[in-house]
Amino acid sequence: MNARIKTENHDRQETKYTTCYMCACRCGIKVTLEDNKVRFIQGNRNHPTNQGVLCAKGSAGIMKQYSTAKLTQPLMRKPGTERGEGVYEAISWDQALDILTNRLEEIRATDPAKLAYFTGRDQMQALTGLWAQQFGTPNWAAHGGFCSVNMAAAGLYTIGFSFWEFGAPDWDYAKYFIMWGVAEDHSSNPIKIGLEKLKRRGGKFVSVNPVRTGYSAIADEWLPIKPGMDGLLAMSMVHVLLKHELFDYEFLVKYTNASWLVVQTPGEKGDGLFLRDEKNHPLIWDIEKEMFKNGEDGDIAPALFGEYVAPDGRRVKTVFSMMAERYLDAQYAPENVALQVGLPAESIERIALEMAHVAFKEAVELPIAWTDVWGRKHDKVVGRPVAFYAMRGIAAHSNGFHGCRAVHFIQMMLGALDGPGNFRARAPYPKPIPPHQLPENNLDIINAPNTPLSRPPLGFPTRPEDLVIDEFGNPVRIDKAYSWEVPIASHGMMHMVITNACNHDPYAIDTLMLFMANMAWNSTMNTKNVQDMLRMKDPEEPGEYKIPFLVVIDAFHSEMTNFADLILPDTTYLERYDTISLLDRPISEPDAAADAIRHPLVTLDRDVRPWQEVMVELASRLKFPAFTKPDGTRKFTGYKDFIVNFERSPGIGFLAGYRGVDGTKSLKGEPNPNQWEAYIANQSFFAHHWPDNQKYVRYANKDYLEVAADAGFVGKVEPIIMQFYSEPLQKFRLAGMGLYDGPQPNNQVDRERLVKYFDPLPMWYQPLEQQRTDANEYPFFALTQRPMFMYHSWDSQNVWLRQIMAQNYLYMNAGKARSMGIEDFDWVWVESHNGKIRCQVKTMEGTQEDTVWTWNAIGKQKGAWGLKENASEATKGFLLNHLISELLPEKNGERRVTNSDPVTGQAAWFDLRVKIYKAAPGETGSWPQFDVLKPFPGDERYERPNVLRYDARTHEKN
Amino acid sequence: MRLGLVIDLDVCVGCHACAIACKQWNASGTIGPLSDYEPYGAEPSGVWFNRIRHYEMDEYPHNKTVNFPMSCNHCEDADCVTVCPTGASYKRAEDGIVLVDQDKCMGCNYCSWACPYGARELDRSSGTMKKCTLCVDRIYDETLAIEDRQPSCVLTCPAHARWFGDFDDPDSQVSRITRERGGFGLMPELGYNPTNQYLPPRRKPVIEVNTQPKGGLKESIKQFANKLVRR
Repeated sequence: MNARIKTENHDRQETKYTTCYMCACRCGIKVTLEDNKVRFIQGNRNHPTNQGVLCAKGSAGIMKQYSTAKLTQPLMRKPGTERGEGVYEAISWDQALDILTNRLEEIRATDPAKLAYFTGRDQMQALTGLWAQQFGTPNWAAHGGFCSVNMAAAGLYTIGFSFWEFGAPDWDYAKYFIMWGVAEDHSSNPIKIGLEKLKRRGGKFVSVNPVRTGYSAIADEWLPIKPGMDGLLAMSMVHVLLKHELFDYEFLVKYTNASWLVVQTPGEKGDGLFLRDEKNHPLIWDIEKEMFKNGEDGDIAPALFGEYVAPDGRRVKTVFSMMAERYLDAQYAPENVALQVGLPAESIERIALEMAHVAFKEAVELPIAWTDVWGRKHDKVVGRPVAFYAMRGIAAHSNGFHGCRAVHFIQMMLGALDGPGNFRARAPYPKPIPPHQLPENNLDIINAPNTPLSRPPLGFPTRPEDLVIDEFGNPVRIDKAYSWEVPIASHGMMHMVITNACNHDPYAIDTLMLFMANMAWNSTMNTKNVQDMLRMKDPEEPGEYKIPFLVVIDAFHSEMTNFADLILPDTTYLERYDTISLLDRPISEPDAAADAIRHPLVTLDRDVRPWQEVMVELASRLKFPAFTKPDGTRKFTGYKDFIVNFERSPGIGFLAGYRGVDGTKSLKGEPNPNQWEAYIANQSFFAHHWPDNQKYVRYANKDYLEVAADAGFVGKVEPIIMQFYSEPLQKFRLAGMGLYDGPQPNNQVDRERLVKYFDPLPMWYQPLEQQRTDANEYPFFALTQRPMFMYHSWDSQNVWLRQIMAQNYLYMNAGKARSMGIEDFDWVWVESHNGKIRCQVKTMEGTQEDTVWTWNAIGKQKGAWGLKENASEATKGFLLNHLISELLPEKNGERRVTNSDPVTGQAAWFDLRVKIYKAAPGETGSWPQFDVLKPFPGDERYERPNVLRYDARTHEKN
Repeated sequence: MRLGLVIDLDVCVGCHACAIACKQWNASGTIGPLSDYEPYGAEPSGVWFNRIRHYEMDEYPHNKTVNFPMSCNHCEDADCVTVCPTGASYKRAEDGIVLVDQDKCMGCNYCSWACPYGARELDRSSGTMKKCTLCVDRIYDETLAIEDRQPSCVLTCPAHARWFGDFDDPDSQVSRITRERGGFGLMPELGYNPTNQYLPPRRKPVIEVNTQPKGGLKESIKQFANKLVRR
């Protein structure tokens, strides 16, 4: 009908489905290719994560594929040059693999812990963890320790699932939604899809955030909280709910430990632990039978309140009575926390009451029959339609673990968990609390040469015996995770690795392998000093560096690659086979267990290899048992073969879909030799849709738990009872008090930290760094977030995305700036206890008055990321990281302690306080500045024209 | 037909997804390429048909952030068309889409000065004016699935803040939603009759609560009575 409109000739096009990797969201994408060039990337309508939509990053994938920062070949630091000079020689893959294999062979045969292997924002920790375990080093972790372990650990030690990949708001039924401390674009597409659904239905959206950008822009109510006060706000809301007797009595009795009895013998061993029977079951007081009964049983009528006397004469009290005593205290009353959190008491009280109103007066009932784990049948599901989502704004504080737990307390009190309209679990969660996986801590195994660990390096300690410490109580891991300093560091502490390795504290390592982690720039605290550490020579070993051998695996010319002794170049996400596994960080949705793959869409044009493939190769060369046949030959021909045939336990592998010899089995089944082909034929993902009776209350849903047990999500079919009161924390606290029958710390610093911070009920305390800095001298809280169009995108060299932002500013509250005589575009100095930077200011209304913030990782080192030297990112962009120390300020007579949450080791990025003053006239440009990175061999292939005219279809038009 | 967009300011989170989807479709589309200037250097910029602006209303702490995507409004009375000396700018009679004939355009910029919405983008490399085409090379491509025959910005919008359709049809989704939500065109006082419509932020939901507590503080623990609830 419109003959004049020329449409596209599709004859030479093909469309393929794969999984996006522009961020951690991992949406399904449909990619149109023309002659091996990427024409168009769009969302896959059938994919459970993004349902057809795609964010800015996803659409900008084209410009990642054609980035001029792509590494082209393996590189070796040129002999005779110094680390950090950036002078490299190209070597072949054979040479690179030989060099690395020889080095690793030697380490593995002598002292496997001398290899530290840390990975950044990858999502293949199932494979990297298996690799480290098979190598036999305890020194492995991904980036969770510097990201959001507080959020993950708080969830997994409290409700059995957590925010991010392990749970999601139920957007279809939610009527009230609170977003706590969520940066601009977390969980990119799903949250945007969901917020629109919520608002369309007239639901209310409240955002708790010191900054009003991104999602918060469309919030119905914005609560500009002061950073680090979230826990106090949540506890004050708990106070309001208790004061008004607004809690779901039935939920508390059925699904939580609120009725369990806690021993009250202060100053004695056993104080604060659960009263247990001879079979170690926690006990409740049954008000019907008037006797103590097993708190995990179904056939009980527990007292929620009260003090009782145990048969042995000890006083005991219910958890909920302890909670009521604590949180009803006036110190948590809204009017008494208002000043500190920076919000009106009226708002705190009203929001708590609004939530309760929606939870109890506007409950959702679905006529779905289901059976609970105790065998009773129900004819409906009741949902409290109050949903939460929370993230790093709460987590990245040294009081974040307790803060995150306090948020879960509100959810439990409202009974708003895994029901219609609230916060629902995503398979393989929920899991037992905490998950039944302990970190390897057998010293004989850890120290044994050529021996895999008997279990993974990371896990979830429940008591001091689970720590990874030596016979003197010293850390065994290079990052000191699971030591007395940070006992529940369940994601490791990547932010401490370089510092500890350079200090030879607790020991010296030989080789550090870093994958996809920019630890010499925006992913580290204290960037400038960390760069110096990487260059630091060892005075005791002439010619050697403190970290003798540094291997960096990355696809792009990052600031980190510039320090590598050996660079192994990776591919882009459109060039490789990859799995997004349920054994790892899942992409399940509440209604479906799901996983996905990537497969090569674009033909490689340079000498790079997928790190997955290289890991399988190294594992085979090093003869890891899981990768080697009894006759000593390799078990797997490569990554694809490994994914198909590796079974963690019989029938359970990396991919849950299209299993069984003929590909007809789901979740569990024999290896299917054609599994990759089946995934590709099914748009590169697999989804197991839960039937209605398995969609809700999955912590106590018999039919769901039976499937979960069979699929290996949980060990066995048993209730997952949510834990208000955390007994594991109390065990550590008793150890700090010297009241524990088992390992106890012998250092006063550790004892004090355990006693102070291992409270089994959430508590608020001033963040640790702020306890040691003068708030008068440093009056501002300072923090960062990533912009929506770059969140989790691990680079901003993308030539389209950088047109949206190539320079970051320091954002300040406009009124506050006025009062200080600071105007838009003024250059200012920002100073912390750790150093100072110069940057440019922009003012805005939507920033809490005592807070300044900036976009993270916009600032780049000159010459990095395929950009020209004059790129705004390098001349005007800046990092706040220089101001943040990985260690707490020194305290007399105390060893240096990590700037992290004392429970989990979560990097305390957002505890920073700064002062700000105008730069002198003429002082412009960002500071500090660094050397210009030299181009790598191979860089000559890239043109960096002054005008780029990308067109995948040029041939057609010419 | 009068084709155009509805943009929902109540749910636009300012993520720029529409802007980039537009860029990637049109870079290789019939009007592409879209030049990028200094893509690797200082102050990168380029040709974009859709730009997102961010505004703040009112003062802290009662401020509100509004994200505002802006592209060609395909005006009914488009001055950009009337001022064009070569006839390159034209408004299609059959669907109201305003286009620029790249073979006729000499890049004189008159249309850009005439457009009050800043929607026109001069491609300095081709020397021609370019702008939103409503993805005219998608929406009429009958080889695409029907649900794919939409502008790429609408297809991709994660917050479903963008709608595409025919405003001449009173029953179309865009007409209905504009009526129901009080949609408005930008700067009507100028008289260009923009086709695209913006939906204002919704009113805040009100939840009635009773602020009178049942019990008192602290001592109220004693008032909490156990209920007989069986697990």
